[in-house]
Amino acid sequence: MDQNKKIIELKGISKSFDGEQILKSIDLDIHDKEFLTLLGPSGCGKTTTLRIIGGFVTPDAGDLMFLGKKINHVPPYKRKVNTVFQKYALFPHLDVFENVAFGLRLVKTPEKEIVKRVREMLAMVGLSDFESRKVDLLSGGQQQRVAIARALVNQPKVLLLDEPLGALDLKLRKEMQYELKKIQQRLGITFVYVTHDQEEALTMSDTVVVMNGGLIQQIGTPQDIYNEPVNAFTAKFIGESNIVPGIMHKDKLVEFAGRNYECVDGGFAKDEEVEVVVRPEDVDIVAASDAPNTLCGKVMSVLFKGVHYEMMVDCGGTVWRVHSTDYTASGSDVGIYIEPEAIHIMHKSDSSEVKNYGGILP
Amino acid sequence: MIKLNAKWASYPYIIWMILFTILPLLLVVYFAFTDGNGAFTLDNVKQSALYIPTLANSVYLAAIATVICLVLAYPFAFIMSRLTFSKQKMMSMLVMLPMWMNFLLRTYAWQAILEDNGVINTMLTAIGLPAAKLINTSGAVVLGMVYNYIPFMILPLYSIMTKIDKSVLEASSDLGAGFFATFRRVVLPLSLPGIISGVTMVFVPAVSTFVISGMLGGSGNYLIGDLIEVQFLGNSYDLNAGSATSLMLMVVVLITMAIFNRFETEDSEEALV
Repeated sequence: MDQNKKIIELKGISKSFDGEQILKSIDLDIHDKEFLTLLGPSGCGKTTTLRIIGGFVTPDAGDLMFLGKKINHVPPYKRKVNTVFQKYALFPHLDVFENVAFGLRLVKTPEKEIVKRVREMLAMVGLSDFESRKVDLLSGGQQQRVAIARALVNQPKVLLLDEPLGALDLKLRKEMQYELKKIQQRLGITFVYVTHDQEEALTMSDTVVVMNGGLIQQIGTPQDIYNEPVNAFTAKFIGESNIVPGIMHKDKLVEFAGRNYECVDGGFAKDEEVEVVVRPEDVDIVAASDAPNTLCGKVMSVLFKGVHYEMMVDCGGTVWRVHSTDYTASGSDVGIYIEPEAIHIMHKSDSSEVKNYGGILP
Repeated sequence: MIKLNAKWASYPYIIWMILFTILPLLLVVYFAFTDGNGAFTLDNVKQSALYIPTLANSVYLAAIATVICLVLAYPFAFIMSRLTFSKQKMMSMLVMLPMWMNFLLRTYAWQAILEDNGVINTMLTAIGLPAAKLINTSGAVVLGMVYNYIPFMILPLYSIMTKIDKSVLEASSDLGAGFFATFRRVVLPLSLPGIISGVTMVFVPAVSTFVISGMLGGSGNYLIGDLIEVQFLGNSYDLNAGSATSLMLMVVVLITMAIFNRFETEDSEEALV
């Protein structure tokens, strides 16, 4: 990824449908060779953002720039951008070869070159033997590969992917994730990827853009997004979190669950009401004691989750979700230790966004 | 339990078809090749060759009407297929609305509109323009055909076009196709089956009509349908000659359809090359 070269810039992009504002002044830079993922729950505006870049939706306000030029009203067929659609949208009257060759034929490419480039693409997606197959006889995964080949054969500057793996089963999805990432690195094309699957976003992306309610919540590397969520929404949407109310007495000192904790965040008003976010895997089960940053409680339930156990620990009325590879029996009296680095402090004002989304969260 | 795929369920229709389609067809063939006494003869067929100009005129007018129907119906059906569901329902009702009225009545109405002292000419003379010759022209016949048969063009086109997914059109645009390229490379090939059935459903009744030509065409636009009517029901009753003429018409229709269907398969093969 080339941080210095912006391919696409969204400046104050807004869009409403039927009086409902889907995008609320979005600003976003997309760089050369970047794998950027728009991540968020359904209705957050991620697909609309992608369709604006593709040219299928015209923004109500704001500028869409492509290599420094405004392209708000340039139709899709004049953009150096290609799309892999959610339902693949292959041409049912054409075979695999002709589907892939579609874009090349439109620009009157010599037949020899068409054959060469289509075969290269089909080889890359592993469909060399399927050239003359009808597309409706292909499996979902194969159709997906045709859709990817059909878009990439035109050598776009940017490839847009709208939840391309949504319809595939888990195993195939994982395979395709690796393949897509490999293709992206090999061809050095910018990918803009839309998904609601946080794991997919973290696995594949250079940059993750977390969206909710028509707003960008956070832009960062997968590590940033996971380890340093800027608000309670991101914290809840990416991975699992314990979120409890607290009071920030001063820099690096927060009170929650009835006692003071040492933490690493600062910059809040004195005694500001905040939300405290702690990842379940950052909570350690220790012997019950009065040691610093330790709470005492009782294990309420234990679930086996494969890689780890999930324990719900009740500490004086607040239930903590704890992930650990060590088993602790239900009913045990334990202490839970949270190290200062694991305590993330969020401004309280973000909570409404979380509540709106509350029903669907784990 | 009744099995829905039970063979016997199709028997009533098969019996119906044998009695009222296949048997009459065989009778037509039989009468066409026999004389009044039931002896084999080719005279009827030879005689019907005299009517080839009439047949050609019928094919010509029906073809014009079919092309006009296609040109009018195609964009309409496409736009209709892109509307919201409730609007689509309303539009298809409007398309079918004229069919709720009797065919003869509709054609009589056109007579009243086109007559020398009809609605149009009354209006023309009222604003000081010369009256136009409208009724009893081939134009009036074509108009009657288009008016009566256009729903049969719109409906099959519309029904095939609703199956064209919006995302396929977007994909075409995304891959670099402008409006006309998308039409030619995606919409047209995908709607071809609708065109074939629409053309069939308009051309076949139009080429054999006698009501429309009789009521709007006058004596100058005598079509093959009128001829057959006269041979079966009129004062020049001749069962054998009428059968031969009918047979000739059927053969022409079959050939036309065969050519058209061949055009379809060729075209889709071409797209694969």
